[in-house]
Amino acid sequence: MERSEILKQFEPANENMLNILHALQNNNSQNYLSEEDIKIAANYLNTTYSHIYGVVTYYTMFSLKPRGKYIIRVCNSPVCNMENSTKVIEEIKRFLSIEVGETTDDKRFTLELSECLGRCGKAPGMMINEDVIGNLDNVDFKSIFENYN
Amino acid sequence: MDFLSLKKEALTEWNDLLNGSVPVIMVGNATCGRSAGALSLIKGLNSEILTRNLDCKVLEVGCIGMCYHEPIVSIYNPGKPLIVYGNVHENDIEKLLEAHFNKNEIIIENIIGTIGDNKLNDINSLFDNPVMKPQERLVLNNCGIIDPTNLNHYLANKGYSGLQEAFQLSSQKVIERIKESGLRGRGGAGFPTWKKWQFCKDQKSDIKYLICNADEGDPGAFMNRSLIEGDPHSLIEGMIIAAYAIGANTGYIYCRAEYPLALERLRLAISQAEQNNLLGEDVLGSGFNFKIKIKEGAGAFVCGEETALIASIEGKRGMPRPRPPFPAIAGLRSKPTIINNVETLVAVARIMQNEPGWFSKFGTEKSKGTKTFALVGKVKNTGLIEVPMGITLKEIIYNIGGGISGDKKIKAVQTGGPSGGCVPANMIDLRVDYESLTEAGTIMGSGGLVVMDEDNCMVDVAKYFIDFAHKESCGECAPCRLGTKQMLDILEDIVSGKGTMEDLKLLEDLGKGIKNGSLCGLGQTAPNPVLTTIRYFKDEYIEHIQNKRCPSKVCKELIFYDILPDKCTGCHICFKVCPASAISGDPKELHKIDQSLCIKCGMCMDKCPEKFSAIDVYPGNKVLED
Repeated sequence: MERSEILKQFEPANENMLNILHALQNNNSQNYLSEEDIKIAANYLNTTYSHIYGVVTYYTMFSLKPRGKYIIRVCNSPVCNMENSTKVIEEIKRFLSIEVGETTDDKRFTLELSECLGRCGKAPGMMINEDVIGNLDNVDFKSIFENYN
Repeated sequence: MDFLSLKKEALTEWNDLLNGSVPVIMVGNATCGRSAGALSLIKGLNSEILTRNLDCKVLEVGCIGMCYHEPIVSIYNPGKPLIVYGNVHENDIEKLLEAHFNKNEIIIENIIGTIGDNKLNDINSLFDNPVMKPQERLVLNNCGIIDPTNLNHYLANKGYSGLQEAFQLSSQKVIERIKESGLRGRGGAGFPTWKKWQFCKDQKSDIKYLICNADEGDPGAFMNRSLIEGDPHSLIEGMIIAAYAIGANTGYIYCRAEYPLALERLRLAISQAEQNNLLGEDVLGSGFNFKIKIKEGAGAFVCGEETALIASIEGKRGMPRPRPPFPAIAGLRSKPTIINNVETLVAVARIMQNEPGWFSKFGTEKSKGTKTFALVGKVKNTGLIEVPMGITLKEIIYNIGGGISGDKKIKAVQTGGPSGGCVPANMIDLRVDYESLTEAGTIMGSGGLVVMDEDNCMVDVAKYFIDFAHKESCGECAPCRLGTKQMLDILEDIVSGKGTMEDLKLLEDLGKGIKNGSLCGLGQTAPNPVLTTIRYFKDEYIEHIQNKRCPSKVCKELIFYDILPDKCTGCHICFKVCPASAISGDPKELHKIDQSLCIKCGMCMDKCPEKFSAIDVYPGNKVLED
């Protein structure tokens, strides 16, 4: 979608800043906020580039770096950690041959760690974009990841 | 349509559903259900129903709280009670449909209980289940029972009757009803809700705001998520009542972006409320105007602090500011603003839906009503629970939680997330109310209740929480920004065997400094998990520091793996899986781990066939022990 079409869905008010940044980032095929995205948001909200840059860098869900089509967020908070999330992270790293913060060569997956995702009843857990997957201590990652193309 | 006609229509629909002639299948489809596979289960169910050409309705409901039983499926056949099945997977569908629709039978093994007036043979009501019996579901009563996407289901279950009641009263009288109920803020601090409202109501301002804090971020907490996913209209009703009481015409729900389903449910519920004159101009003909906007967070824990949350809504970096002035006097855009937690606002709706005196019947003298908790960690029955204030931790863990998984020994209970503390096992007779928990060195918090067993290292747990606080510190106050980093460094030393006894004193001093020198709740409470573990588990710290051993066998630098010579058959599996090539030995010969190469990943122990169990892990350092 054109950026202008996205902006039209929101009033040009500061209270919409995070919603606008989310929408721009979701619309970006590389799942990040480009310089152009920030410029356009600043212009629309009648504020400075540096102000928006400050906001973007404050929140962990925004990225200034291109990312994969799917963001894997593995929960690494104490409850998941107690249920062996460290091992889960190692297995995913091995399976995708990337480190945390990196993107696979085919640009499909970016691996990130997250604070509590609030799925502790099924720990350890992760999200792939908006999907939630729990009980990861005993799963076949191949069968999970092959659903995401 | 006026409220009475709305309600009448809703009641007809609801009664037809559970007393009607068409069978109904309900599937728990909140996030916990989904993470256990509810979505594919529903898909499979629908296609099997189509194949069998069955006349029945499939409904998606919220979470009833029994996460360990997910996915949960309930089936209603006319004339029978609702039968609730746990752990239902795709390959159970045929069996279930065959039994219920062809053979007029039930499948005993998976039944958790029944819901409804009719009794069925000797199957117990779900609410007589030992997990449910000690609970009082005042706030969660609709979760898992109604379809959260259907306004009529909510209306038929007293929905919006609290609002109707509030509109019959003056706004001051509504505040008095909340005062009489004894409700205190469920976000953690426990400030009397009515008092906060009164401050705001008494402000002379043409614009006031109400904000619902749904930025639930405490590790181990998901009460608000489940509540919104399972019963979003309760929150909206509570918000309208609160706004009416304080005189606000605009409300915000600040919800974390990590909760996409909760956000989806809220958006739908708000549009349904708008279409039915429950939100907007002249709500239900009362003359009161109110609209609700949703603001998504973007992954910053500190935004759960009220002044940081306000900054975030204003389109700034979500950093706290000094109080006073308190938001009730000058909050969003410097206008009087009330910020209430999700559970507080749902409790408000329930208080107004029921007769005066109802809510305060539950709980203790100073802590009235109930509290929801996310019961997680090493208990058998993890899930979302709601208990009367004053219940003991022991009752929660052993009756509702079913005890410790693997029948290990309990070590500690953590409440209040990164702001709370760890209570040791010998204190589990502690009552759950604001005062008792504070006295024990922890806090009620928003409702995370993490149970730890003998396999959990308390130094490691403390390190995790301080790491969390350090990462989430906004950086504004030096004591929090730098102090948490120092505490983390010291704890990292201790878990890697480089700690000294002076470190303990230093941790306590730093902790006090951070508490005193930080602006907001995050910094003021960040040292709590460390301070309470030093208070209650000093032995474990000393064992790490002086003897270089991690008694719970968690801290990698202070444990070692070893092969038991009398059990090793030389199957060579460990040799193949070791990523560090630290294992030597020819097939059929005794294998050996080179401790200087071992990275303590534990793969060898995991893969050693159970019939041999020839590898074990020990506290300490093998070279030193030898």
